[in-house]
Amino acid sequence: MTTVENTGNRRLSADELERFGAEMDAIRQRIVGELGEEDAAYIRGVVKNQRRFEVAGRALFYLPVVGWLPAVACLSISKILDNMEIGHNVMHGQYDWMGDPDLNSRMFDWDTMAPAENWKYGHNYMHHTFTNIVGKDRDIGYGILRMDEGQEWRPYYLGNPLYAFLLMTFFEWGVALHDLEVDELVAGRRTWAENREIGARIWRKVKKQTFKDYVLFPALTGPLFPLTLAGNVVANLVRNVWTFNIIFCGHFPAGVASFSQEECEDETSGHWYYRQLLGSANITGSRLFHIMSGNLSHQIEHHLFPDLPARRYPEIAAEVREICERYGLAYNTGRLSKQLFSVFGKICRYALPSRRGQRSALVPDQLADVTVAA
Amino acid sequence: MSITGTLLRSRAVAALASPHGVDRYLELVNPMWAAHEVRARLVDVHREIDVPGEPVVATLTFQPTTTWRGHRPGQYVQLSVDLPGARRLTRCFTLSSAGSRPGERFTITLRANPEGEVSRFLVEARPGQLVHLSQAEGDFVLPDRVPERVMFITGGSGITPAMAMLRSLMLRTHRGRVTFLHYARSAEQQIFAEELEQIRTAGYGVDVHLVHTQEGGRYFSALELERLVPDFRDIDTWLCGPEGLVEAVQTAYGVSTGSTTGTKLRVEYFQPPRSSGTAGGRIEFDRSGVSADNDGASILEQAEAAGLRPTFGCRMGICFSCTATKRSGIVRNILTGETSSRPDEDIRICVSTPEGDCSVAI
Repeated sequence: MTTVENTGNRRLSADELERFGAEMDAIRQRIVGELGEEDAAYIRGVVKNQRRFEVAGRALFYLPVVGWLPAVACLSISKILDNMEIGHNVMHGQYDWMGDPDLNSRMFDWDTMAPAENWKYGHNYMHHTFTNIVGKDRDIGYGILRMDEGQEWRPYYLGNPLYAFLLMTFFEWGVALHDLEVDELVAGRRTWAENREIGARIWRKVKKQTFKDYVLFPALTGPLFPLTLAGNVVANLVRNVWTFNIIFCGHFPAGVASFSQEECEDETSGHWYYRQLLGSANITGSRLFHIMSGNLSHQIEHHLFPDLPARRYPEIAAEVREICERYGLAYNTGRLSKQLFSVFGKICRYALPSRRGQRSALVPDQLADVTVAA
Repeated sequence: MSITGTLLRSRAVAALASPHGVDRYLELVNPMWAAHEVRARLVDVHREIDVPGEPVVATLTFQPTTTWRGHRPGQYVQLSVDLPGARRLTRCFTLSSAGSRPGERFTITLRANPEGEVSRFLVEARPGQLVHLSQAEGDFVLPDRVPERVMFITGGSGITPAMAMLRSLMLRTHRGRVTFLHYARSAEQQIFAEELEQIRTAGYGVDVHLVHTQEGGRYFSALELERLVPDFRDIDTWLCGPEGLVEAVQTAYGVSTGSTTGTKLRVEYFQPPRSSGTAGGRIEFDRSGVSADNDGASILEQAEAAGLRPTFGCRMGICFSCTATKRSGIVRNILTGETSSRPDEDIRICVSTPEGDCSVAI
């Protein structure tokens, strides 16, 4: 396991954890009090633009040859915005306070294979509650990959890079099937009966999505059917590759800590914040980049405050960073290229069994930190 | 719009607009375009009562989208509006116009209660204000074949559905006899006074009795009613008003609270009956980790008393805005008196009281 010590971070005393948690609570309280017209106008503006890109994309397929590339670009942008800045965030309940059913976590569904209801359970509850607890957070490797030393090596994991590549290519399918917990099913810890309803939902949604993108819209362009079909496949692929990369940079770059179930028994809210902070990583970039990544480039802030509107994360980030400095905790951030390089290094490294001794490889001054904190 | 409407509501268009639905695209072009949802623009605000120190009563005229299916007099509508601060709230309002056909204008009449955020906003709203609506709901309406003799007994704002029905009777040139008995506090606070006066003097066989209780008018009594209409128990009666009036009239008609079966009386509360739940046990709000002693009030009121702010709408059990999951325990429905003990059941917390220990996902 990549323990807190392995990442060079210190453990906070119970007292420190409490103060740390209180500071986070204070940020949260302040932002909740400020929510209003600006946040509403922002998300409605993003929705408006997403729908414009979508309609433009669908329409441009009627322009043979010259329209194809712009069409794919528009549709890819539309799907990325729909899934990330809108879908992911709305389904977190970030805009529930508005009381608008169109932007409500109970009502919203997104333009991807995974049905909202399944995803909300697996993501909002399982992943966000048990973030980076090995054996509990199913997003550590998604039941397919080995992304942490805490996962015992098996020869199966030799295929780690290949599985990662396939998961990236078929990401929307992966996300949809993730909730079936196939690995748990194979291991006999889950029954088919438990999956019946989840599976039925996936089937209904998959039918709608495939029919729309791969039959109906291509058919509407008549003789251009093959071009439109290919365009829709590419747009979905572009979205898959983009979201996969952004999401993998959120929890898997070097320096992100994982936790054992014992560490998190009877967890205080202070420790929950501490775990969210050390279990996540940010990506630096421009405003446009943050919007296109659904502000998951601020994965740390997102994990600390999953139900605050994502547009607030950049302004919160400065405060969080300052708090981290005071408590001597690392704030994991870097350029996309750096974080990606680190993630793909991990995917390849964990394809092979861990070397002995690697686990407790601690630098002396970090050890000192640990002792002080203990 | 009908061919366009049929097309927009077709399965093919639904498949193309999946998963968001065709209305999400139409509204971006023009908020008054819709295939399924109902929206409306405010056309006019007319103040019925505008006396200093008293809540304003106003009649609002709305132009709905073509998706509006029309209404029968006596029905109400759920209206949602974005208040300043980007909070959308939903409340129920009685339709006051005589009836409307699909896509036709209609009016609602409302009192701007001091604590009523939505009603206070609406009476100040400007023409052009967009609102979101349900279809017209409720079965407090006249039957298709209107009986020869009809009586309305109303108090305060309860006049509105009766007024809508009376207006439709005027339009239908109902030939029978109508008794309209209304209780208001004072002549100053009498809504629709002019119109009622015209109807009274027009000689259409409508007996209008306006009782102003702060100006010497006596509160409802069975004796008084018997003097006005000796055989009142045999006349189809529509009753709407505050709890005190409703109870008194029900007693006069010989019916017990909550049930009017077998009588000529039809009742609409404009406030739910005060919860008659029993105190005792603990109520737990498991999502917020708060719990309190069950004081017998509705779960919504108890949640609010505990400092929580659950979503609500009509607060009378009709709009389902406050629906929450009851994890465990027994709850009683205030409106029907039924109890239920099923775990993980969706309940309307505004009209449910706990019977002993109870856990709700709030």
